[in-house]
Amino acid sequence: MSTGTAASNLVVRRGTWLSVVVAAALAIGLTACSSSPSSSTTTKPPTSTTAPSDPYAQADLHAPGGSLTGAGSTFDQPFFTKAFYIYNQQNSGVTVNYASIGSGGGIQQFQAQTVNFGASDVPMSPVDISKATGGQVLQVPVALGGEAMSYNLPGVKTGLKLTGPVIADIELGKVTAWNAPEIKDLNPGVNLPSNPIEAVHRSDGSGTTYIFTNYLATVSPAWASGPGTGKSVSWPVGVGEKGNEGVAGFIKSTPYSFGYVELAYAIQNQFTYAKVKNAAGDYVSPSLSSVAADAAQKPDITAVDFSIVDQAGAASYPISGYSWALVYELQKNQALGTTLVHVLDWLTHAGQAQAQSLDYVPLPTNIQQLARSTLLQVTGPDGTTQLLTTS
Amino acid sequence: MVLATTTSPRQGTSRGLRRLLEVPDGAYRGALGVLAALFALLLIAFVTSLVIQSRSAFAHFGLSFLTGTKWDAVHTHFGALTFIVGTLETTLIAMFIAIPIGLGCALALAFATPRRLRVPLGTAVELLAAVPSVVYGLWGLLVLAPWMRIYVEPGLAHITGGRFPFGGAQIGTGLLLAGVVLSIMVLPTLVAISRDVLMAVPGTEIEGAFALGATRWQVMRKVVVPSARTGVVGATTLATGRALGETIAVTMVIGNSPAFAHSLFSTSATMASVIANEFTEATEPYHLASLIAVGVLLLVVSVLVNLAARLAVRSVSRERAIGVGIL
Repeated sequence: MSTGTAASNLVVRRGTWLSVVVAAALAIGLTACSSSPSSSTTTKPPTSTTAPSDPYAQADLHAPGGSLTGAGSTFDQPFFTKAFYIYNQQNSGVTVNYASIGSGGGIQQFQAQTVNFGASDVPMSPVDISKATGGQVLQVPVALGGEAMSYNLPGVKTGLKLTGPVIADIELGKVTAWNAPEIKDLNPGVNLPSNPIEAVHRSDGSGTTYIFTNYLATVSPAWASGPGTGKSVSWPVGVGEKGNEGVAGFIKSTPYSFGYVELAYAIQNQFTYAKVKNAAGDYVSPSLSSVAADAAQKPDITAVDFSIVDQAGAASYPISGYSWALVYELQKNQALGTTLVHVLDWLTHAGQAQAQSLDYVPLPTNIQQLARSTLLQVTGPDGTTQLLTTS
Repeated sequence: MVLATTTSPRQGTSRGLRRLLEVPDGAYRGALGVLAALFALLLIAFVTSLVIQSRSAFAHFGLSFLTGTKWDAVHTHFGALTFIVGTLETTLIAMFIAIPIGLGCALALAFATPRRLRVPLGTAVELLAAVPSVVYGLWGLLVLAPWMRIYVEPGLAHITGGRFPFGGAQIGTGLLLAGVVLSIMVLPTLVAISRDVLMAVPGTEIEGAFALGATRWQVMRKVVVPSARTGVVGATTLATGRALGETIAVTMVIGNSPAFAHSLFSTSATMASVIANEFTEATEPYHLASLIAVGVLLLVVSVLVNLAARLAVRSVSRERAIGVGIL
């Protein structure tokens, strides 16, 4: 017996040694991994690389640090991931974890106060707000997007001219062939095929669909009284594909297809897309500047009156809309609340450079001012101390 | 040395085994009871919460939720019939393709494959089950869909003269593609279980049939398949269950338009696909409740299909028992 115990002790000891060695190796491996840059939002680089010229470097002084959580829109996710990573590099005490679970889920988690902020492609409705458990809700525009009417037409280059009513008639199933007189009349000299139009839309509920149907309802009474405006509507015709990538994949692989795609996807996939006639009567291509021009026409947006489709102005591209961050006016934790408003203020100002690098449209200056004045209303637990300090 | 302390030697394993099986001690019985109850409780809790959260939809729309064909979140009008029909149609197409291929493959693996190839081929089939469904969906959308649009659908329309159910626009995505992708996804289940069941057919029966002068084909048809029938029906049931509930791959290739299909090429939608599509952004209370109600319906349909398969198994085995009796 005794020899047996000794032997098993030896085995145990050898096992311990082994585990120590393995643990050490793992630790070295992990350290090596963590010192390499990663795209994850939660990554904390070891050193702060604050550029002295950055006016928001001083955010350190106001933002005491801490870990924030947010949830919501998938549209915002690439922008948020990059922006919060950059912010963390400049302010190493602050990490933001963002879960892109969809606007609906973001609103629910925000209502239940399980996250510090929510993000939604459509502002919370008064009914949504009445279910919020944390008091008065403030909604801040954080990102701006446009939608390209993309098509796959062999032999036809980018820049086919379309009007809102014609787009609506295609989606309603009233215009079914590419060489229909409605399209032909707008494009003299373009050799349009007689093939049927394969319309494609988002099958999943999305803010992208909301903005597009909002546009259709604005320019077409038949659409407004028919399918209407919403994140998922009852489409009269066409194929549904899941996500921007699904719609983009369908257009890429299907000749004679036609559909709305997030501008960034259209640019990155090098799609051909239409020039759309705006309210001023000009045909405008979707671009970062033409969407920004449209948005700048309406500086007084609110969470109730938020639609910016079909604005005036010769340079405006008419199919565009905002994504919103949701915060409670009264923050229960002074330190975290202070961090939150400074992160969001950075996001809507200096952080917009990150948006542009990912083909999001940067917020126009007047909307940045609106975002700041909204964030200035956020107070600490006492209900009076303003948390945002702008230097 | 350590083992020696657990049981006294030479008491006979049969007695130890009997004690283990017949008079389990309290802890053993308790642990098993808790585990069994936990599983039942989980199922009950799951169904209850689904029913509670979908109650408002059933109460508000009543029977029209089952018979309605309009699904309109903007005007709060929800009827799930098109999704129920779409689910049954895709499953039917998938099983129509998968059953002959799967059975043939299982027979080949069990009896007609050289021993050296049997293991690698069997492993290849089982590996198909390990491919994530989103990969099947991507492959269906990016590779199969253009292929269907350019070759398969025009070919079928040409052969049949475009008659029902091969008419209409040929766009690749739709019922047929969803059925094809689903059939590939359920094949591993079908093949692996059927093969094991076929290989369990007693060798003496097969040898006896050969001794009586039966050909290979006659042995397969008259001896092997009948005696493995119960197991094969079971395998088919499992595969059908997978086809009914498959979500992501179907969502990516079916075209997502809730309307009755008038052709195999038509786009459609299934119960699982509408939930996958709309759940994340459903904020209106009735919209959310209706989606959960569709989940309840999917559960009900799956249970019904399972019950039907059980009845089929029972009748098949009774038939066989009678047949044996007559013989």
